[in-house]
Amino acid sequence: MSSFWSAWIIIISLGSVFGCWWLLFATRKSQKSNTETEETTGHVYDGIEEYDNPLPKWWFYMFLGTIFFGLAYYALYPGLGSYKGLLGWSSTGQWEEEVAEADAKYGPIFEAFAMKSVEELSTDEAALKVGQRLFANNCSLCHGSTARGSLGFPNLTDGDWLYGGNADAIKQSIAHGRNGNMPAKGLNPAMSKSDITDLTNYLLSFSNRAEDKASSERGAEMFQTACSACHGADAKGMQAMGAPDLTDNVWLYGGTPSMIMQTIEFGRAGVMPAHNELLGDEKVHVLAAYIYSLSQGK
Amino acid sequence: MNHEVVEKNLGLMIVLIVVAISFGALVEIVPLFFSKQVNEPVAGLKPLNALQLEGRDVYIREGCHVCHTQMIRPFRAETERYGHYSVAGEHVYEHPFLWGSKRTGPDLARVGERYSDDWHRAHLYNPRNVVPESKMPSYPWLFTAKIDHKITPKRMEALRAVGVPYTDEDIAGASDAVKGKTEIEAMVAYLQQLGTVLKNKR
Repeated sequence: MSSFWSAWIIIISLGSVFGCWWLLFATRKSQKSNTETEETTGHVYDGIEEYDNPLPKWWFYMFLGTIFFGLAYYALYPGLGSYKGLLGWSSTGQWEEEVAEADAKYGPIFEAFAMKSVEELSTDEAALKVGQRLFANNCSLCHGSTARGSLGFPNLTDGDWLYGGNADAIKQSIAHGRNGNMPAKGLNPAMSKSDITDLTNYLLSFSNRAEDKASSERGAEMFQTACSACHGADAKGMQAMGAPDLTDNVWLYGGTPSMIMQTIEFGRAGVMPAHNELLGDEKVHVLAAYIYSLSQGK
Repeated sequence: MNHEVVEKNLGLMIVLIVVAISFGALVEIVPLFFSKQVNEPVAGLKPLNALQLEGRDVYIREGCHVCHTQMIRPFRAETERYGHYSVAGEHVYEHPFLWGSKRTGPDLARVGERYSDDWHRAHLYNPRNVVPESKMPSYPWLFTAKIDHKITPKRMEALRAVGVPYTDEDIAGASDAVKGKTEIEAMVAYLQQLGTVLKNKR
């Protein structure tokens, strides 16, 4: 703040306070008596007169009290231009103190967690409790409060992983996010509606739902040219690409024939946002352990 | 001054009342117009592009600011949940501010890049599809309503008149940038940039 505006604020603020002080005493000047009398001010309006009595004592002293309170406040806290106040208080300073206090309290807990591996932590009850709360705050909006996901948002409890379910893969997913990239028609713009139907029939055949065997066989052939680069020749997917296993009857975007056809025709591009900046390494570590624990024994 | 004079001259009394109550504004508001802290954009701040700007107008039209604030206060509880507290320099291009005053839903000051575009679309179509306990209204009409591209350059010109540094090219290209776009596209574009200039540093 420039010294001009600092002076501006100081002069008007203190001027107002002392102006109130002056007003309080100036209005008493013409008072003839300090106690209640029968004397009137001399105004008469429709026969109504006004007593010329002093201000009630309690009111007068309270007014003085507010003036002293105001001056003390100005002395202790920042309010007068660039003057910082005797207490040195600031809102960001208070925030920094709060954060430092919390770091001192929770820092060692997270440090202890960081010493253990994700696998070890996934059986540590205290860590899982912390992880569960972090999950509720940061992950449940998409993956659901029970981590079972919904259409387009993966279920984290079923042991079926797009990008891998080991500790490192989970941590990578949380910290740096993932960008799904299923191109429309597997980058074969010439793919016709009947090709898509064939492919769908082929995919349905893994869960014994293909209605047209000939179509399914044509789809199998098509699959090798259009889809196998990512999903693998056996359609079991490829975690390095985030390409899902298509044989396991777990469908991120719905497993009905119409949903599968839509996925093939228009592609899918699910995004998991990166969280390392928001959460930091230590919290990502605990979260990874919590998520790792969800699918254990499945 | 004799108070009889003040009481019997209404015009004089009005003037004196205005003088009496103006001190607060002179101290609290006027210096801010000249303060660097509120006039200088934070490093990297850019005016909203045409699509984001239209999204902002949809945000205002639907009254999102009535239930969502865009103001993270410097308390640990807030910075833990939402990220770095808001600073004045992030809002220098905003006319009007959308800080809001009441949180029925969460603060959105740094919602940008926190969720995927797909999530925002699913959530705005029907919040209960992704958050079962949500009581936010659904906004399905955003998916069919088209942006009125003819008015976009005028909006930008109006903002330029009050100090947002849009270039002539920005304004010339605005119509084409939003032509044929739906309101949901604009809305998601707007939401995904919120608060991303100042990263969630700890």
